Amino acid sequence: MFGLGKRDLTLFFIVAAMALFAPFILNPFPTDSGMAQFNAGYPDLMQRFVIFGILAIGFNILFGLTGYLSFGHAAFLGVGSYAAVWMFKLLSMNVIPAILLSMIVSGLFAVVIGYVSLRRSGIYFSILTLAFAQMSYNLAYSVLTPITNGETGLQITLDDPRILGVSATADGGIPVTNLFGLEMRAYETLNIGPWAFQFSVGYYVAAVIMLISFYVAIRIFRSPFGMMLRAIKSNQNRLYYTGLNARPYTLAAFVISGMYAGLAGGLLACMDPLAGAERMQWTASGEVVLMTILGGAGTLIGPVLGAGFIKYFENIFSKINDQVVHGWVSFLPDGLEDLVVALIHPFVGKGWHLTLGLMFMLIVIFLPGGLVEGGQRIARRLRRKPSPDDAKSASTEPAE
Amino acid sequence: MDAIILQILNGLDKGSAYALIALGLTLIFGTLGVVNFAHGALFMIGAFCAVTLNRLLTLSHQVVDETRTDFLGNPLKVDVPYMQDIFGEATGAAIIDWSVPLAILFSIPIMIGFGVLMERGLIKHFYKRPHADQILVTFGLAIVLQEIIKQIFGANPIPTPAPDAFRGSFDFGTMLGFDPNVIIYPYWRLVYFGFAAIIIGAVFAFLQFTTFGMVVRAGMADRETVGLLGINIDRRFTIMFGLAAAVAGLAGVMYAPINSPNYHMGMDFLVLSFVVVVVGGMGSLPGAVLAGFLLGILESFASMNEIKSILPGIDQIIIYLVAIIILLTRPRGLMGRKGVMED
Amino acid sequence: MSKTTLTRRGVLRTGAVAGAGVALPTIFTASSARAFTNEPTGGSVTLGFNVPQTGPYADEGADELRAYELAVEHLNGGGDGGMMQTFSSKSLEGTGILGKKVEYVTGDTQTKSDAARASAKSMIEKDGAIMITGGSSSGVAVAVQGLCQEAGVIFMAGLTHSNDTTGKDKKANGFRHFFNAYMSGAALAPVLAKAYGEDRKAYHLTADYTWGWTQEESIKAATEALGWETVEAVKTPLAQTDFSSYIAPVLNSGADVLVLNHYGGNMVNSLTNAVQFGLREKQANGKNFEIVVPLFSRLMARGAGENIKGILGSTNWHWSLQDEGSQAFVKSFGTKYGFPPSQAAHTCYVQTLLYADAVQRAGSFDPCAVAEALEGYEFDGLGNGPTLYRAEDHQCFKDVLVVRGKENPTSEFDLLEVVEVTPRGQVEYAPDHPMFAGGALGSCNPGA
Repeated sequence: MFGLGKRDLTLFFIVAAMALFAPFILNPFPTDSGMAQFNAGYPDLMQRFVIFGILAIGFNILFGLTGYLSFGHAAFLGVGSYAAVWMFKLLSMNVIPAILLSMIVSGLFAVVIGYVSLRRSGIYFSILTLAFAQMSYNLAYSVLTPITNGETGLQITLDDPRILGVSATADGGIPVTNLFGLEMRAYETLNIGPWAFQFSVGYYVAAVIMLISFYVAIRIFRSPFGMMLRAIKSNQNRLYYTGLNARPYTLAAFVISGMYAGLAGGLLACMDPLAGAERMQWTASGEVVLMTILGGAGTLIGPVLGAGFIKYFENIFSKINDQVVHGWVSFLPDGLEDLVVALIHPFVGKGWHLTLGLMFMLIVIFLPGGLVEGGQRIARRLRRKPSPDDAKSASTEPAE
Repeated sequence: MDAIILQILNGLDKGSAYALIALGLTLIFGTLGVVNFAHGALFMIGAFCAVTLNRLLTLSHQVVDETRTDFLGNPLKVDVPYMQDIFGEATGAAIIDWSVPLAILFSIPIMIGFGVLMERGLIKHFYKRPHADQILVTFGLAIVLQEIIKQIFGANPIPTPAPDAFRGSFDFGTMLGFDPNVIIYPYWRLVYFGFAAIIIGAVFAFLQFTTFGMVVRAGMADRETVGLLGINIDRRFTIMFGLAAAVAGLAGVMYAPINSPNYHMGMDFLVLSFVVVVVGGMGSLPGAVLAGFLLGILESFASMNEIKSILPGIDQIIIYLVAIIILLTRPRGLMGRKGVMED
Repeated sequence: MSKTTLTRRGVLRTGAVAGAGVALPTIFTASSARAFTNEPTGGSVTLGFNVPQTGPYADEGADELRAYELAVEHLNGGGDGGMMQTFSSKSLEGTGILGKKVEYVTGDTQTKSDAARASAKSMIEKDGAIMITGGSSSGVAVAVQGLCQEAGVIFMAGLTHSNDTTGKDKKANGFRHFFNAYMSGAALAPVLAKAYGEDRKAYHLTADYTWGWTQEESIKAATEALGWETVEAVKTPLAQTDFSSYIAPVLNSGADVLVLNHYGGNMVNSLTNAVQFGLREKQANGKNFEIVVPLFSRLMARGAGENIKGILGSTNWHWSLQDEGSQAFVKSFGTKYGFPPSQAAHTCYVQTLLYADAVQRAGSFDPCAVAEALEGYEFDGLGNGPTLYRAEDHQCFKDVLVVRGKENPTSEFDLLEVVEVTPRGQVEYAPDHPMFAGGALGSCNPGA
């Protein structure tokens, strides 16, 4: 079905089901319980999960298949966001033109940067992409402020022209991003017993786009084009000797990957119409790399898992403060309670970076294939009969 | 003219910091082939060795001064360092004053030990792993190290002044026939430059003229063959790692008086040091040093008003722009070796 | 038996649909009574404290958080009540806000607009926060203020000094107690002219982003009006750590004053570098060379150590102030934490009290009612003398402190001394002043 093999189809349906039921899956704890802190099923974070998932899927098309490690992918994310916000400012608050423009602009950017950077390989390629991205970031923050609004970030205002829309709504507010009238920020809450599940329009729009992106990525992975990219990864010289020029293929992969990033940037702006320069900083590029490796480079689902993992820590662990921890362990005797809080304290709230760093190390030390390998190990343990076939697919291709 | 000379001095000074960090990084990255994202953290830990020693020397007990009050109106507690109790007020103060130079001695064993520990405990297991895994594990380590420092010392920069003898500036211009006070340069920055030159020279001499260095250089070129000759190359690589950590740490110690250390200073230098190493060319120590000075000097020139008025914002991007130009004109950077990290 | 209710949030609340299974929500019904976003229904109300907990401003964020926790304690009737005792409005009784117990959630802005908005959104969407406050930079303040406007909650800005926050980026739902770059310039210039003379040539180093520019514009205009001449104004990259190549040209530029329009880490490094280059011992044009730091932060100034001695700058508030309000605040903060509060802590504490008081006076948590209660509100006893929350741009007008780095500090907190308290009249400006023009408050958004 859909031109997918059986395994891929199963994977696709699992991802689709997860995306559809995310508001339930991510909200396992009742709203009033102490563990509600760990619930991730609110619109903003769910949107981030799928949008950064798109970014990581796109990055993986380049890195996982060709082995070219771009350290400047955040530039495309930022460019896509700026393009989308400008579309909101000038044309209309409908998300479709914004998304299209963000993909086109980031695609053009990718053609230029890719054409130059792909003249080199290995670490030299990485540093070239890094240099382009850092230049974009530094300029966006300073000299290009008329276009990017610098430090503050590009926002929509009451006096934007908006040719196909209104500058301000009837009650004097800024109009809202929408899909033919469906407001991105609208959401419904479903209360079942002590649970509250939120269904957001923006999330489902983003999730549908993520599924389309995921589907396209599977097709690319399984296509002759994908085979060619793998060939480049395993031995580029041999490819040259057979009379094939690898450059057009890598450039195509780079541009596709850049457009995925632009799409993600555009979607970020659709959910929340703001584009900030720090989206292009090297730390943001590094984050994409980490997401992909953490999840499992070269695997289909890995990057999405990695993106979810990092965003979860950033948004959930940073919000746990001492008061919350005290709430959890209040059943303990006083002295012991303070001791436990003191022990947990360095790892949550303002210490969430520390936990994240430790998780990076633990995962890469014990799960060389990333989170995907973790999942496979658990699955194998459950089945209790490791077949040679499984073992083979578990050894994810080394990512270089 | 005086402006140009001043910027050359600035460039040499910046360049010596870049060159020192890049030298350590290229020992690990360009030769052992490990993508070490924790190298910036080693630099940061060096700087915090200086801070720690300063803290140790100023360990104090409190004496209540009834004549003055603190912000809540209680009698003021004045800190008296133990050093002043032990060595008398003047000597004690002098020891504290010289804490940064003393930290050089203090930091060498710590940094070497730290480097060896890091290599034996962690990096060793990643030599054969893909570069991507090395990035993830060293980046994780860098985050953990800087968060630990943050939890101990806080997020704000910590002033770590140079000894009083090195405050003020040296009138460089009079030596070159300029009027007094036209070209003056801070003493400590000149010390930093001289210090960097000595360290760089020492590392080169060590690799060039000792048997140990010869074996290591052979190992870089062909690890397998050296191993077949019955030489324990692994142990030597461990020592190299310790050496690289010490170079990064010393760069950090001496940098502390120039800019007050903070916990994220390593990350600030990380990207830059990778750019320097790659521009210099993978696997080339002289290349890294050369690129460090080149980028330092160009960065200084780019910040001159005359140049900024023609090309606004050039100082924001100069390093990256130069990196792109060099990598496009010279495929392996300035002096890179063929086949190192090219695939 | 499980009870299933379906409510419509974001637009309207309503409609219980009994039944089992997954009932598809009705997205476009318009029949409900929820008046505004996150209307508190139970016995408690949640405030969102969004401060930098990682990154260069983490210590400042930590101090803000301490102030917030103190404010919550006082609002709920704990502690010694702090500035609630000295506040001119007596509507707060220590029984929470409108009888509801005050609870709070915290988040990390990372001093990045994106992360700050994500954090604020999670507070609004997940935790039901009715008000967001905090922050340590203008970029974040403007970004979060925009978000709060769209979401329909009140934003009480923390430390943000750019003119834009209540200038071209002002919003009907956003309020700023902290002073701004214009006020710094207006307060500082006369003191500078008095201390250093009216015939001075100034060299500006400016952090190359929006706050730096408004700071440079403001101080330049104010000093030039008093006869100073601006020799050169140079932009420095935000990420710069070593400012030597920007400082060196100052030596022979003919200038005799260096103005550092830098904040935080930039300020610490540029000031340290300037002193290293011996600028302070230098003579130029027959006068002593001077350095000025328009916006001082005591917390960050510690990083510059000895170098700040004798340097003039401005600040929003300082713990050594002797008025009743400041004393009460320093006492309760100092007793709880063991050291005096920073200006960031002060403004955050005050903003929380002001919000609580406005709700109390309005008798409702409705953002529009709260905004109305804050607009044009005159109050006193919160450490800055008589203060006005101006209705036209939601900016507080109050006295501004001109401070100098202390020569003989008695402790690590005792770094600044107040040179002059510039009266409010001197720092006021018209709402349509050119430095603040170009934006509109819009209308208040209750989020429904």
